[in-house]
Amino acid sequence: MPNEPVLALRGISKRFGAVQALTEVHLEVHAGEVVALVGDNGAGKSTLVKTIAGVGPADGGVIEWCGRPVQVNRPHDAQELGIATVYQDLALCDNLDVVGNLFLGREIRRAGVLDEIEMERRSRELLHTLSIRIPSVRIPVAALSGGQRQTVAIARSMLGEPRLVILDEPTAALGVEQTAQVLDLVERLRERGLAVILISHNMADVKAVADTVAVLRLGRNNGTFDVASTSQEEIVSAITGATDNAVTRRRARTAEVGR
Amino acid sequence: MTGDIIEKDSPKDEAAARGAVAAVDPRLLVREEGLKGYLLEFWRKLRGGDLGSLPVVVGLAAIWAVFQWRDDAFLSPKNLSDLSILIVGTGLISVGVVFVLLLGEIDLSVGSLSGLAAAIVAVLSVNHGVPEWLAVLAALGAGAVLGALHGVFFAKIGVPAFVVTLAGLLAWEGLKQQVLGTTGSISMDEDGFVASLTSHYFSQVAAAYGAAGLAVAGYFLAQFLDARRRRAAGIPFRPMADILVRTGVLAVLLLAAAWKLNEYMGLPLALVIFVVVLVLFDFVLRRTPYGRKVLALGGNVEAARRAGINVDLVRISVFALSGLMAACGGLIIASRITSAAQSAGTGTLLMEAIAAAVIGGTSLFGGRGSVWSALLGMLVIGSIASGMALLGIATSVQNMITGGVLLAAVVIDSVSRRTQRSAGRG
Repeated sequence: MPNEPVLALRGISKRFGAVQALTEVHLEVHAGEVVALVGDNGAGKSTLVKTIAGVGPADGGVIEWCGRPVQVNRPHDAQELGIATVYQDLALCDNLDVVGNLFLGREIRRAGVLDEIEMERRSRELLHTLSIRIPSVRIPVAALSGGQRQTVAIARSMLGEPRLVILDEPTAALGVEQTAQVLDLVERLRERGLAVILISHNMADVKAVADTVAVLRLGRNNGTFDVASTSQEEIVSAITGATDNAVTRRRARTAEVGR
Repeated sequence: MTGDIIEKDSPKDEAAARGAVAAVDPRLLVREEGLKGYLLEFWRKLRGGDLGSLPVVVGLAAIWAVFQWRDDAFLSPKNLSDLSILIVGTGLISVGVVFVLLLGEIDLSVGSLSGLAAAIVAVLSVNHGVPEWLAVLAALGAGAVLGALHGVFFAKIGVPAFVVTLAGLLAWEGLKQQVLGTTGSISMDEDGFVASLTSHYFSQVAAAYGAAGLAVAGYFLAQFLDARRRRAAGIPFRPMADILVRTGVLAVLLLAAAWKLNEYMGLPLALVIFVVVLVLFDFVLRRTPYGRKVLALGGNVEAARRAGINVDLVRISVFALSGLMAACGGLIIASRITSAAQSAGTGTLLMEAIAAAVIGGTSLFGGRGSVWSALLGMLVIGSIASGMALLGIATSVQNMITGGVLLAAVVIDSVSRRTQRSAGRG
């Protein structure tokens, strides 16, 4: 794993009126690494993701991209850097086919007219490289299963050739088989050398694909764990705050430094 | 069966087709070759709730069969030729309605706008001596501007389109009466430009056949070039046999129509205008980035917004288009009666324009539909009207039957939408 992280958040703070949503949050993501961002409802996961995606810029702290500090004030800035975000509601058009959805808003044109052939060719290529199983690229997204829709949404984020992909609850509301499909895809993103931030409530998923787990609790870091050497119980207790005392905090800190 | 034709035509094509199919990921849905493949794909689409224009085509065939059985004057050249002109006015309005329905919205003002357009042309050209072409441009411009005004209230201020256009329905109806003044009805020049829109026929025998031949050749060429580019790009393409069969069916339909029209007075100018408009807007909808934006908005507004589409602009433009097409339709209707009357644009016109789009297969829920549904739906409505008139059945019964057909179309739309939802592939 290269030493320099693709994305590093240093002391990110964010305030909504009287509520301190994020306090001095740190997070590092390396290329080819899946970082699971976990935490209870209201822990600040979404707020943190929004600061990275440029939807809700942070009040304080530094965002470092490949080692140099950057400003991410608009979604456009994030896209320019190479950050792609797949939100929970997917934002797919049910009536359009897979090709139409993949290229929505960045259609390839030929003399001002949609170049369906080139778009279809590239779609098939993209789905093929990601080993995504879709019955046909020419059926409406409405006819796809939940897992397939999720994979289409993730594939769409890949069109901009990002270096970091943020997935917001990609397996929520999916069945066992479909969850497996999505997790396979997450692993493939890692194999392709992408940095992935995975927001999830599902500990099984986190254990299955993540390399590192970053726990947020009440807007603060509550430990960063190496998935392979940490038990599910430890992570859960960090989320719920059962271990939120000076001892565990110190242990987590030393563990992080030691890594 | 279809495979044989390929082999006879060009053995190379066949080999290339096989190669392309073999290279495709086996998990993808690939249509089997030959007739069986067609039927399988057809069945798959039906089960998935993707009915397309099938119900309306079947319905139209049934309607024609019944009327022809009751009165063999129904499929006579004169009746069909008259029908082809009768449907153009409302059909043009319906084209604009299709775009609005694709957004998932509705435009109730199209009837009033069409009447207003007719009034503007009549008053400017007859009462003020403005050249007819200039008066026509003014009317079309007024339609587009007033349509855009609806769009602004809907998109920028957030008033539901239903209410904005309902206000438009009343307001433009009043404006039309104001424009027409106390005279009530203004007769237009029987030999003028507007009148010629529906009274002119290209009576040379070659005209109708030539137009049909041109359309068939154009269709074949477009399909052939598309298939060739697809094959070059290594993605599935339509086999030659498929293209030939489709072109053949189209050729038979168009040549039969041309033959019937030539039996009477030739190719009506109004029909040419309608078909050109249909082809043009079908292209805009399916092949241009603008059309893609309209469809995306009909599917998921939030997704469209996040994809960087200027939602407000597309909405306003669609309502402007609807107003423009309403004005076009109003001119054709005025042309048929060579006058603009107080009753222009009232009565069942609005409902027929919307019903035609829905009967033709455009969904009321937005995002699904085709420009051609304006033609198919108007053929159904026009055939019922024309057939009932032949049989001497009262308008009251006619309205009830058209209402029933509309209800059937909406039921099919709702059911197919539900089927599509539940037929998600695992």
